[in-house]
Amino acid sequence: MDQAVIAEEIKRSDLLDMYFYLRLTRSLEDRITALYRQGRIVGGVYTSHGMEAIAVGYASALQPDDVIAPFHRDMGVFLIRGFSPGEIIAQYLGKQAGPTKGKDGNVHMGDLKRGVIGFVSHLADNMPVAAGAALAFKIRGESRVAFAGTGDGGTSRGDFHEAMNFAAVRKLPVVFFCTNNQYAYSTPMRYQMAITDVVERAKAYGMPGEIVDGNDVAAVYLASRRAIAKARAGEGPTFLEFKTMRMHGHSAHDAATYVPRTLLDDWKTKDPILRTEQLLMQLGYGDESYFHEVGDRAKKDVDAGTEFAEHSPLPDGRETLVGVFATPDEVLP
Amino acid sequence: MTTATATQETQTSYVDAISQALDEEMSRDERVFLMGEDIGAYGGAFKVTDGFLKKYGEWRVLDTPLSESGFVGAAIGAAMMGLRPVVEMQFADFISCAFDQITEVAAKNHYRWGAAVPLVIRAPFGGGVHGGPFHSECPEGWFFHSPGLKIVAPSTPYDAKGLLKAAIRDPNPVLYFEHKFLYRRIKATLPQEEYIVPLGKADVKRSGRDISLITYGAMVHLALEAAEVLQQEGIDLDVVDLRTLIPLDKETIYASVRKTSKAIILHEDNKTGGIGAEISALLTEDCFDCLDGPILRIAPPDTPVPFSTPLEEFFLPKVSDIVAGARKLAAY
Repeated sequence: MDQAVIAEEIKRSDLLDMYFYLRLTRSLEDRITALYRQGRIVGGVYTSHGMEAIAVGYASALQPDDVIAPFHRDMGVFLIRGFSPGEIIAQYLGKQAGPTKGKDGNVHMGDLKRGVIGFVSHLADNMPVAAGAALAFKIRGESRVAFAGTGDGGTSRGDFHEAMNFAAVRKLPVVFFCTNNQYAYSTPMRYQMAITDVVERAKAYGMPGEIVDGNDVAAVYLASRRAIAKARAGEGPTFLEFKTMRMHGHSAHDAATYVPRTLLDDWKTKDPILRTEQLLMQLGYGDESYFHEVGDRAKKDVDAGTEFAEHSPLPDGRETLVGVFATPDEVLP
Repeated sequence: MTTATATQETQTSYVDAISQALDEEMSRDERVFLMGEDIGAYGGAFKVTDGFLKKYGEWRVLDTPLSESGFVGAAIGAAMMGLRPVVEMQFADFISCAFDQITEVAAKNHYRWGAAVPLVIRAPFGGGVHGGPFHSECPEGWFFHSPGLKIVAPSTPYDAKGLLKAAIRDPNPVLYFEHKFLYRRIKATLPQEEYIVPLGKADVKRSGRDISLITYGAMVHLALEAAEVLQQEGIDLDVVDLRTLIPLDKETIYASVRKTSKAIILHEDNKTGGIGAEISALLTEDCFDCLDGPILRIAPPDTPVPFSTPLEEFFLPKVSDIVAGARKLAAY
């Protein structure tokens, strides 16, 4: 990314905020991984290590009343939307204080009041749902945008294609993205689709698409901002392919022996936190001591969150029976 | 003749009752909008939404791509944002294409993370119209087993209208199975004033003392016909129309069976694993002490709905099946 372009297009404070959220995401997910290894977390752990720039970049480009249906490695979204590290760790520990009160685990959390649609394991299921949120904005004439994505594997599902088509036909204010991290669990791209770039899929729907360096938070932010502006202006949906690499297994139990080590070594040099630090130094926005200070701040937040979550109560077993159906007062106006 | 004409004018068909409910709800609440295939300029495959496009415009009557999962998913999203979508499945059979969105997203969102999904899916279901295996199905059993959904299946114009209005105002995903055999065959005089039929309340369509006949949808009419035949033989059927399958009105079912001590469950969905199996199990668990005979189930065989007239006639429950079942049970 050209330094001059960055300085001109992204406010210093925004870039520094994004750096903080990158560090907070890394710090939180490292803690979650550690808790998993200690046997404190039951169930799966899916982190965004090495991919933090995607969620942090696009969530920073959205307005607070826009709605996000995140990919399952988009921890930055929750943090930017005000989910505290304590709430998130409570979710992983199955505690009452988690956003789903123990009903669901890990990244399967959402909150309509904070504009985050809860993740569904059936990949791409939330893409038509996000198109529908955008439809509601369009019907009501609101200046809001929906932002939704899945991984490279998820773009093989029918729901991905049905959402892309419907959104394009009705020119809905939605931005779709794909986190192309090259592996869907253990299945490499070449067994997922016979094309090199996922962005090719947008052409079939008459939708503009763009390939973006997913390890460059500034590039993600700027591409998202362009697509969001178009959607808000009534110009319809855009598809963004964020190219990145999954730096670990599908989940914490997967050693990812199917990934060539050289590939990981190569991508390690493109770590989004390192790259952001380089950019901040070039722009004169920060130095080693500042980075250290931000890292400390993130770690303190995570420490406090861990403390909170560990001391929070587990739900009572009988809570299982609560909440199958909604009551009228729970419907959004 | 004048009287006959006047009566004719005040009669509302089952399909028109559905249409009226949609129209009234759309007029009452601007959040209500419709999505589905060919529902706009064409007015829907069964003309339920005829004239709606002109009245409400293309953003409240949305013709969708042929893409059931996509538009049900979109309806879920719009519902979560505060709108009240009513989706039309052209035929209930096609609901299988949207199964994943209905069972995994709509049904579970509130339980998992507290998001209410006030959505209605209208699905014209059932046989008797020579539709063959892909236009005659009764898929309610698939969803009966899936927590988080409400399921409605009206049998009369009065119920069809009142239940659809209740479904639209409900904060949950509601599957509304409307029987297409009844569309133009069943007519009734509806009240002038607005009314609602609450979800979760069964209705005793005929009161009798000997055998409870528990059913819903088009089969209610078959049961009433059989009751007339059986009355000649001195067997008095209590016909319970479930109207809503979830929530299931156990109270009304149990009250009927406690009165008669005998039960037949009749449905048009395949027999194995159907709603009849569940009701039978409930009666065994909760009403065993008052039963004077085995619980019978009358339902089609476990085959797809066949096309040719003699095959479809063989497949569908008949008045004679109910009469035979009732005679057998009366002998206990």
